[in-house]
Amino acid sequence: MSASAPPAPTQEPGAADERLLHTSALRRLMGRPELGSVVGAVAVFLFFSLVADSFLQASSLSTVLYASSTIGIMAVPVALLMIGGEFDLSAGVLVTSSALISSMFSYQMTANVWVGVFVSLLVTLAVGVFNGVMLTRTKLPSFIITLGTFLMLTGLNLGFTKLISGTVSTKSIADMEGFESAKALFAHEFVLGDVTIKVTILWWIALVAIATWVLLRTRFGNWIYAVGGGAHAARAVGVPVTRTKIGLYMGVAFAAWVSGQHLLFSFDVVQSGEGVGNELIYIIAAVIGGCLITGGYGSAIGSAVGAFIFGMTSKGIVYAEWDPDWFKFFLGAMLLLATLLNAWVRKRAEATR
Amino acid sequence: MTQVSLVELENVSKFYGNIRALEGVSLAVHAGEITCVLGDNGAGKSTLIKIIAGLHQHDSGSFLIDGEETRLASPREALDRGIATVYQDLAVVPLMPVWRNFFLGSEPTLGKGPFKRLDVQKMRETTRSELLRMGIDLRDVDQPIGTLSGGERQCVAIARAVHFGAKALVLDEPTAALGVKQSGVVLKYVAAARDAGLGVVLITHNPHHAFLVGDRFVLLKRGVMAASHTKESVTLDELTRQMAGGSELDDLRHELERAPTPPIPKNPGRAD
Repeated sequence: MSASAPPAPTQEPGAADERLLHTSALRRLMGRPELGSVVGAVAVFLFFSLVADSFLQASSLSTVLYASSTIGIMAVPVALLMIGGEFDLSAGVLVTSSALISSMFSYQMTANVWVGVFVSLLVTLAVGVFNGVMLTRTKLPSFIITLGTFLMLTGLNLGFTKLISGTVSTKSIADMEGFESAKALFAHEFVLGDVTIKVTILWWIALVAIATWVLLRTRFGNWIYAVGGGAHAARAVGVPVTRTKIGLYMGVAFAAWVSGQHLLFSFDVVQSGEGVGNELIYIIAAVIGGCLITGGYGSAIGSAVGAFIFGMTSKGIVYAEWDPDWFKFFLGAMLLLATLLNAWVRKRAEATR
Repeated sequence: MTQVSLVELENVSKFYGNIRALEGVSLAVHAGEITCVLGDNGAGKSTLIKIIAGLHQHDSGSFLIDGEETRLASPREALDRGIATVYQDLAVVPLMPVWRNFFLGSEPTLGKGPFKRLDVQKMRETTRSELLRMGIDLRDVDQPIGTLSGGERQCVAIARAVHFGAKALVLDEPTAALGVKQSGVVLKYVAAARDAGLGVVLITHNPHHAFLVGDRFVLLKRGVMAASHTKESVTLDELTRQMAGGSELDDLRHELERAPTPPIPKNPGRAD
């Protein structure tokens, strides 16, 4: 106790603990950003369990998990970026770009595919850095910057592929050196019990775990919340705002590289027009998962739950033998409901604390 | 004065293009003293803070820290040199818990390399004990700092600066948006920081608040220094008079008295 400090308000020892009792376990749970999405996921799961007979089979579960993982891998860094207060509209086509670079570099240079994979990593990260630097230098909204990158990449994907391959898809690299080992890393599948597990599910789990750890237990995580929740305050207390934002865009680029390599090594060839529109799906998964669109609030686990809801809905409609045309309607309704639920939960949690 | 000032400005000027934001301002901050900078809106107070805090650089004059001529490149450098600034509106990140805010930008870590992680236990406990030491008793350091009152947030920001060993504390209008009671609480912590041996720069447009705690007073008017006093050399009335415009105020009063009263139209439709 410093003698110079003003006298503390009188209080009996233990009074603080008494007040803390009001913050019950339930209240703490309500304060978690992913709560709304978990409630939503349970609801969607029960719904399709009732309306689609084959939904609860083990093979269906593996299909749903696979669909979720391909979205989930990207939803994790997109969620982190959104917590950091920015968007990346180029994320969807960047996945395709990454796959195209890897495939075409290996094919044209007749190099080991691992060389292409590595070159692709460098170029993809460079695009991430470009987004981040443009954003922090120009101070324009990320919506505009990444919309520009999105359009440029879409054009480059088609243009370069046609220029080099003569068609809109790349040549197969299945018989090239290193293909099998690269496939083992990015597109492997194995049977566990009677469920087929694709390796993307492991990538997804690993990314969610790492992202959660980074967000909650590292300095960088603290900075992500800070730059999204109050960039000026963060800068004033010495947080490297520019570096944090560029780092977040590089995170998106890294995940796009993983997704792109998966795309390439599961199908041997890449269609250059793919990926357009996926960026919105990643954003939707992050928002359903409880990320605040204005930044500063959210979680990586939430994005995983959001991606899982997405996977269940897209495959559940198939198992229920409905016309898949209905899918987008469900997705839109889900997005609205989840956002409303999140807003309501957060308001209650903060008001009554 | 033989004692070296913590922070000293001599004849400092700042121009934004052809606009004079600040010209020829001098002030000194000593350990265990409060220097008040008074001025109306647009007097150049914000510019002055930004120079001291490292957000902007001065164009001419000299800026000395511990008697050494300096030009700060960033807020980070200012912090490293022992100057902490608490802004009125952007002191904290509202959605983040109190303990994360307290250590923001200077987080303690455990472990090495990729396993370097926040020392969460220490962060929570230190936040709690440091706030208690300043007389702020929080029931939960996990609550978002946005749920605290404006005065409490200012106090957390001040406690943070004191904890991180700031030698000089710059406070931007800490009482501007607060009620009478809250202002009193904040001024108490300002005094506590002074007693802890910090040199404080208190920016305000309230001469009453300034006179309660200040040791020196610098008056800014339209970017230039209008007056500089020590506590002994000035009274509250004189300070208030100069702050309010001094002789300009007399002119204004004169004008208002003599202003021809516009004919008030009678409105028979309204009883009141």
